[in-house]
Parts: sequence; C-alpha cells; structure tokens
Amino acid sequence: MDKAIKRYFPVFVLPTLAAFTMGFIAPFLVGVYLSFCKFTTINDAKFVGVVNYTKVFTDATFVHALWYTALFTIVSVVLINFFAFVAAMLLTRKIKGTNLFRTVFFMPNLIGGIILGYVWNLLLNGILLQFNKTLTYSSVYGFWGLVILMCWQQIGYMMIIYIAGIQNIPGDLVEAAKIDGANSWDILKNVTIPMVMPSITICTFLTLTNGFKLYDQNLALTNGEPSNMSEMLALNITNTFYGRAGWEGVGQAKAVIFFILVAVIALAQNRFTRSKEVQQ
Amino acid sequence: MKKRQLAALSLAVIMAAGALAGCGGGQDAGTTAAPESEETTAGAEGESGETAAQAEEGTAGDGAVYYLNFKPEQADQWKALGEAYTTETGVPVTVVTAASGTYEQTLKSEMAKSEAPTLFQVNGPVGLASWKDYCYDLKDSAVYKDLSSDDFALIDESGAVKGIAYVIETYGIIYNKALLNDYMETEGAVIASADEINSFDKLKAVADDIQAKKDELGIDGAFTSAGFDASSDWRFKTHLANLPLYYEYKAENISSTEAVKGTYLDNFKQIFDLYITDSVCEPTLLSGKTGSDAAAEFALGEAVFYQNGTWAYGDIQDNDVADEDLGMLPIFIGGEGEENQGLCTGSENYWCVNSKASEADIQATLNFLQWVVESDTGRKALAEDMGFVTPFSTFTEEYLPANPLVAAADEYVKNGTTSVSWNFTTMPSEEWKNQLGSAMLEYAQGTGDWDAVVKAFVDNWAVEYQAANN
Repeated sequence: MDKAIKRYFPVFVLPTLAAFTMGFIAPFLVGVYLSFCKFTTINDAKFVGVVNYTKVFTDATFVHALWYTALFTIVSVVLINFFAFVAAMLLTRKIKGTNLFRTVFFMPNLIGGIILGYVWNLLLNGILLQFNKTLTYSSVYGFWGLVILMCWQQIGYMMIIYIAGIQNIPGDLVEAAKIDGANSWDILKNVTIPMVMPSITICTFLTLTNGFKLYDQNLALTNGEPSNMSEMLALNITNTFYGRAGWEGVGQAKAVIFFILVAVIALAQNRFTRSKEVQQ
Repeated sequence: MKKRQLAALSLAVIMAAGALAGCGGGQDAGTTAAPESEETTAGAEGESGETAAQAEEGTAGDGAVYYLNFKPEQADQWKALGEAYTTETGVPVTVVTAASGTYEQTLKSEMAKSEAPTLFQVNGPVGLASWKDYCYDLKDSAVYKDLSSDDFALIDESGAVKGIAYVIETYGIIYNKALLNDYMETEGAVIASADEINSFDKLKAVADDIQAKKDELGIDGAFTSAGFDASSDWRFKTHLANLPLYYEYKAENISSTEAVKGTYLDNFKQIFDLYITDSVCEPTLLSGKTGSDAAAEFALGEAVFYQNGTWAYGDIQDNDVADEDLGMLPIFIGGEGEENQGLCTGSENYWCVNSKASEADIQATLNFLQWVVESDTGRKALAEDMGFVTPFSTFTEEYLPANPLVAAADEYVKNGTTSVSWNFTTMPSEEWKNQLGSAMLEYAQGTGDWDAVVKAFVDNWAVEYQAANN
C-alpha cells in the first residue's frame, strides 16, 4: 500500500499542484512584484521600489477601512459563534423536527454573497424607509446591516460544525459528570466546551478570516457608502486598484499588507485555540 | 483496494478536467459573437499561407475588431451593428459593454489580456492621460478625415490624434410640458409660458410654487429625486458641478486649471438646494436613490423637472410622458448673463484605437470605424437606432435622430443662446468627483455641512491635480 502511494504520488498530486500553482502561487508572486511597480495594466509594469507602501498609510480611507474591518470582525466572530453554539446545543437535544430545523438554519449558506447582499439591502431599506432613512445614510446602519447579514448567513454553517463536535462527545463522560453531581452548567463548562474545542478552533478560524476577507456582501449591501465610511479592507483594495488612475500599485501594496495581516491573525488564533484543545 | 484507486484516479481526472474547463471558460466569457468569431478566425488561420502576403500589405484580411463600449444604453444596438458588419465583410466584431459606472475598471482588466480591446473609449483629456500610451495615432484614418472639426478630436502636443469624439450630447433640465401647462393654469402661477424661465430666480419661483401646489397638480414634487447611488450621482458631482466650473473658466478666460477658485460655489449651492428641497423625496433617502428611480419618477409624471441629457430619451420614452411633451431648460444657477445661457453641449465619448494590438487588428478596426461613419447601415444605426448626434460630416440631414430632446437642444442653438461647454472633462480625477459626490450627499442628508463640499471642490482639486500630474 505504502509503495503504491509512493509510486502514484505524482499522479495524484499533479493536477492539484498544477491548479494551485496556476491559480494561487503564480498570481501571488506576480502580485507581490507588482506592489513595487507603477503600472496601468499589469503588462507594462515599471519597478519603482517601496513608494507604493509609503502611500498606503497616508491614505485615510485605508486606515479607516482597517479599523472598521477589525471592529466588524470582532463583533461578527463573537455573535456568530455564540448563536451557532446555542443553536447547536438546542438542536442536539431530543426535540421533534431537529433535522428540519438544522436544514432550515443551514440554507442561507447556500445562497451567494452578492445575492444575499441585495436581498438584505431591499429588506433593511424597506424597514429604514419607515423612518425616512436608508442603509447608506450612515456607516452605523451599514455596519449593523452587515452584522445581521453575516449572522444570518453563517450561523447555520457554524452550527453544523458544532453539532458534529457535540455529537462526538462520549456519553459516558457526561454520565460520569452527572454521577459526580455536576449540574448542567458544570457539564457545559467542564465537559462540553473542552470537548468541542476542535470545533471552536475551526469555527473561529472560519468566521475570523471570513470577517476580514468580506467583499461580496459589503459590495452589494452598501458599496462603501456613504463617503467610503462603510468600506471594508477588501473593497478598499479593489476600489484603489480600479477606481484611481495611477494608484494601481498602491492597491497592490495594500493587498500584500492585507495578506500578511490575515495570515498573522489566523495563525495566532489557530495556535491560541489549539492550545486549549484536550485529548480524548 | 482496486476500487479505491479507481475512485481516487477518477477524482483526480475530474479535478484536472474542472481546472482546464475553468480556464477555457474564462477566455470565452464576455465575447458576444463567440461562435461566429471563432469560426471566422479558424478559417482565416487555415488560409494564412495564402493570405499572409495580403495581410502584410495592410488589407487586414485576418484582423478582428473588439470594441469595449462605454454606453450601456446602446449595448444591444452596437452588438447588432457588429453582427451586421460581420455578415457583410466576414471580419469578426466583438462588442462588449461595461456595466454602468464600471468602464475604467473593465477596461483596465480587459487591456491586460492577450485578446485586448482594439477599440475603446476615453472620456476626455483627463481620461486620456492614463491611456495615452495605448492610443494609436488616428491622423491618417478615414474616420478622422470625416470629422467636421478638430474641436471633436483629442490632439496631443506632438499633433497626434489620440481620440475622436463620436457623439455630441446635450444636457439640461428636462421638463414635462403637460405638467407645466397644468401648473400655469393654476391660480397665481408665477409664469404664463415656459419661455419666461430664463434665470435661476424664475426657476426657483416656479419650482417652489409647484412644490407648494403638488397635491393640487397630482404630483409628488417639482424635481425628481437627486439620487446618489452610483447610477445617478454623476448627474450632480460631474454634470451639475460643470456649471460653477463653466462660469469660473469664463470669468478667468481659461479652459483648464491647476487650482480652482470656487468663485461660483454659492450659485452651485443655490441650485443644489433647490433640487433637494423641491423634490419628490426626503433628502435623507437620497443615498439609496438610483438613476432608474429618477427616470421612473419623471416618466410616470410624478415630477416636472429632471436633470439629465439627450441620452435619457431611451429610458423615458413610451411611458406616461408623450414625446411632444418633452422639453429641456438650461440649468440656471444665477451666473452673469444667464438669460443667454443655453444647454450644456459637448462630448465625453472619444474613440481610441489600441496601439498595442496587432497591425492586422488595428487595420480591421480602422476599416470598421470607416464603415460605421460612412456606410448607410452604420450611419442609420448610429443616428436612428442609437439616437446619436455625431460630429462627422458624413452625417447629412437625413441622418438625424428622431429624439425630441435632441430637437429641443437644436432649438436652443437656433435661438442664439450660448451653449455651456463640457468643462467637467478637465476635472482632475475620478477620485475628485467621488469625494465631491460624497460631500454633496452628506450635505444633502444633513450629516455634513456645505464647507465640506467647498473643501472637496477647491482644496481637493489642487491635491488631485498634483497627484495626477506628477
């Protein structure tokens, strides 16, 4: 068996590797190179050094997008994981129709971000109209609109992961805790949560990176209005690249900074939650 | 084990197939006449042995045209015209239209491809600045020779013709004659004839009075919503902002500037205030209002005045407003001598031929352009189907569009008023317009003040001009 795997190793790896190189590694390297260039289209790039990087932080919209994104990510990670966990706890009890509920909660995740954005744009604007406001009236509305949208979309997905984790907890552990006199709060704190730590790692990782990389929903819901005040990092980068003549390189530099930022945060988070995981 | 290997292998094959199919699909996406053009190109390749010599002589036997069109209003007409040319000559023509407000973005990514557009558009001197390296010199082209005046060409310092305008457009305040007549029959109407509106004060008096009598007239407001959605905000941050700029340039006797003074910004405020107060909706709703909202409000007779141009005819025709009820007024802002002010006429649509395309493609594109402005089919399509007034001498009397807004614009020119030129093509950058638009919106909905608009107009002009020219 081992031999066979070794022999066929290239056959299995090659397609994926080729796709990965074409679709990720090559564009990534070109992207990093372009962040040091001045260009109109990517074919006529001229090397200019670190000028682009110095411009990035003089751009007020980028700094604003940075903290706006950070704030959004914190709020959405907390809310999504909390509600997903609660939903998972409820739907692992013996209630009638759990399967139906699980399916219904999961469904929003099957709809694309752009469509969701426009749907919620209509819904929220319909409500705000009663108060003679619109979603793009102020970035506060845009912010909470996005939070609601993302919760609605992602809670179901995270819930499924938590359900899988909770169902994997051996029944004898819970039983033993009960015999030792633990009430349900103790069981939750000392048995359930430590045992689903791997799920928590995955879910926080997913929500964290999703929050940082959010683009479609942001574009469709508010498109950064008003005055770029509800613009998140990914949208800010696209707008810099495509929206401002002569700023293509700066947009590229922002993208590189963005990549490093997301990578560092994701790795740190992974290490932190991993350290809390327990052996079964 | 065997089964497993088989499963893994088939998975690998599926993945590879998926990846390859993905690549193939990406290349085809966006070409409108894909099947035809592929066939034709393949045919030409087969004969390339024989036609090679021919191509060298510049007859462009195997060239192809790829037009990236700016105007979504005429997307279908251009496609049809391209197909007509292919049927007639066998040269494949691909027409792709960028979605409203995304032209620069689409152009930037299309130009980076190996099958780049051979024919594209810039919006004037400022747009040209970022694309000048890609513009083929059109000095010897037939289409340039057909141009009635050099005013409609973008010519650089060295005398190279970089771009050619292909449509002349006019904007102003479109009004509904029927509703205005209804108003003039009410008690205490400020005017007895539309001709009396020849200054900002008159316009304001009429608009205020209409707004006060809106229930009596059965309308929602004097002006359509001044929406600041991306599909509508250019009507204000670009077109309306042209007026204070026009008066300033006129007073200073200049045609462009490094630093604008903002002498007429109080007038700008007057007219903008009028738009947002005598409107069909609350100013707090403006951020979400789109271009189609405003067009619908006007077309359904809910508002009397609608700031837009001749191109808007397609959106408002065949609705509640009859063609003969369409009129256009100059945008009065209270500048000196405005009783002689006409409509705003100019062009921001210049054809450029991609100099980095292959010789054969360039030649094919030039031939196509010549055909568009010289052949009967081409002229008919531009004038009748697209409703364009063009600056080409080949468009004689019988090639004038049946657009009532164009007729209204013609009348103003005949009455001896001075047309307002399109100075917004000298605005320093898109970013400048965007910031002005944001400031205007914040002022309108009450979350910002007018000083921010002044700052965005004056201070930011110098900043953006520096950034764009260094």
